[in-house]
Amino acid sequence: MQYMKPQTAAEVSDILARSEGAARILGGGTDLLVQMRSGMIEPETIVDIKHLDGIRDITSEDGGLRIGAAVSGQRLGEHEGAKALWPGVVEACELIGSTQIQGRCTMVGNLCNGGPAADSVPAMIAAAAVVRIEGPDGPRDCPAEDFVTGPGKTVLGKGEFVSSVFLPARPKAASDAYLRFIPRTEMDIAVASAGVNIELADDGTIKSARVAIGAVGPRVILVPDAADAIIGSKLEDPAIAALVRACEAASSPIDDKRGTAEFRTTVVGVLAKRAARIAMTRAGENQ
Amino acid sequence: MKNIHVSTVLNGDETEFVCAPEETLLDALRGRLGMTGAKEGCGTGDCGACTVEMDGRLVCSCLVLGAEAEGAEIKTVEGMAVGEGLHPLQQAFIDHAALQCGICTPGILVAAKTLLERNPDPTDTEVRYWLAGNLCRCTGYDKIIKAVQIAAADMRGA
Repeated sequence: MQYMKPQTAAEVSDILARSEGAARILGGGTDLLVQMRSGMIEPETIVDIKHLDGIRDITSEDGGLRIGAAVSGQRLGEHEGAKALWPGVVEACELIGSTQIQGRCTMVGNLCNGGPAADSVPAMIAAAAVVRIEGPDGPRDCPAEDFVTGPGKTVLGKGEFVSSVFLPARPKAASDAYLRFIPRTEMDIAVASAGVNIELADDGTIKSARVAIGAVGPRVILVPDAADAIIGSKLEDPAIAALVRACEAASSPIDDKRGTAEFRTTVVGVLAKRAARIAMTRAGENQ
Repeated sequence: MKNIHVSTVLNGDETEFVCAPEETLLDALRGRLGMTGAKEGCGTGDCGACTVEMDGRLVCSCLVLGAEAEGAEIKTVEGMAVGEGLHPLQQAFIDHAALQCGICTPGILVAAKTLLERNPDPTDTEVRYWLAGNLCRCTGYDKIIKAVQIAAADMRGA
């Protein structure tokens, strides 16, 4: 095995393209090292991307924030600007693993794993985050909801990798929230999860919304019907009931040891309802 | 497979070692540098026995490559005592029996030290959440939490 630490995105692309799939990106390493040590993968080359310019930075851009691919969960959680602008994304990212894992894990790694239960992904999708992909033909952008195509599968092509995620600007009277269900109080994988992003109109009704649900299908999904259910409302009971129904209808979970399909379907609706209420309260406080 | 030369700062001392590309920081610390405080428990980042501080953040050294330590500042349990004088956390763990077999103890001490540097007066809940990634199969955690709080009070008074 080879360990490489390229200094530019072009070098990374070049190494990836030449290695014919035998190279793996090392960011925080909290999944890569586990996979290597368990014998799941035996990469010929490890490409440590932490030496690229800006890859460990959180930078302001067009009123939003660009989160570098090597920004750890803990670092994101310490960033006052990120917490103020996208509290749901930050709280989702902070749920990944223990303090030790938080010191290394990244939102981009969480996304690139392509897991349907990845905590930061519903929040990113609800936030309309945009994924910056670097490759042999230069950079391109991809909406977060289109990035994962199936369990463990992404849109990344030959020689491509993710260098950052962009969290867009938002009006003042807006906020977001993320909730997951786990059978313990800490350090577990979501059995069901929901991210909700809400923007309020001047009269306090919901002007626009995005709802994404996780662990209830082969990938995290955006549920436009759930957003439509609450747009124009103040989350009165009928709107909430329609939101819950839309989330349940969009779910296609599996039965496994962590939860039955029936349980997951019920819980995801409850989580979406509660996350919507939290996002609504936060948005109201910002108004 | 070519070995990699790594320059790092370990417990305040400039240190160099050579390691294989796939070698973990944990194995480099234990096998190359004789720093056997950090332990391998699970090897998958679940148990925290291998906890060290890297550039001010707690990490599982079993999930860090030795090569990544280049230019980094690493702190292990061996750096906590000053000469013969134990760190207040170490003393409190001994005085209040916060360990039995001791395998988890170096990781818990390093993690608790980082917590108290960030938050000198944590609640029990904050201590428990911060140490959630450090598993102990002996103590039932209660004495660990108490010892951390006693050390915290001691350090605030100092």
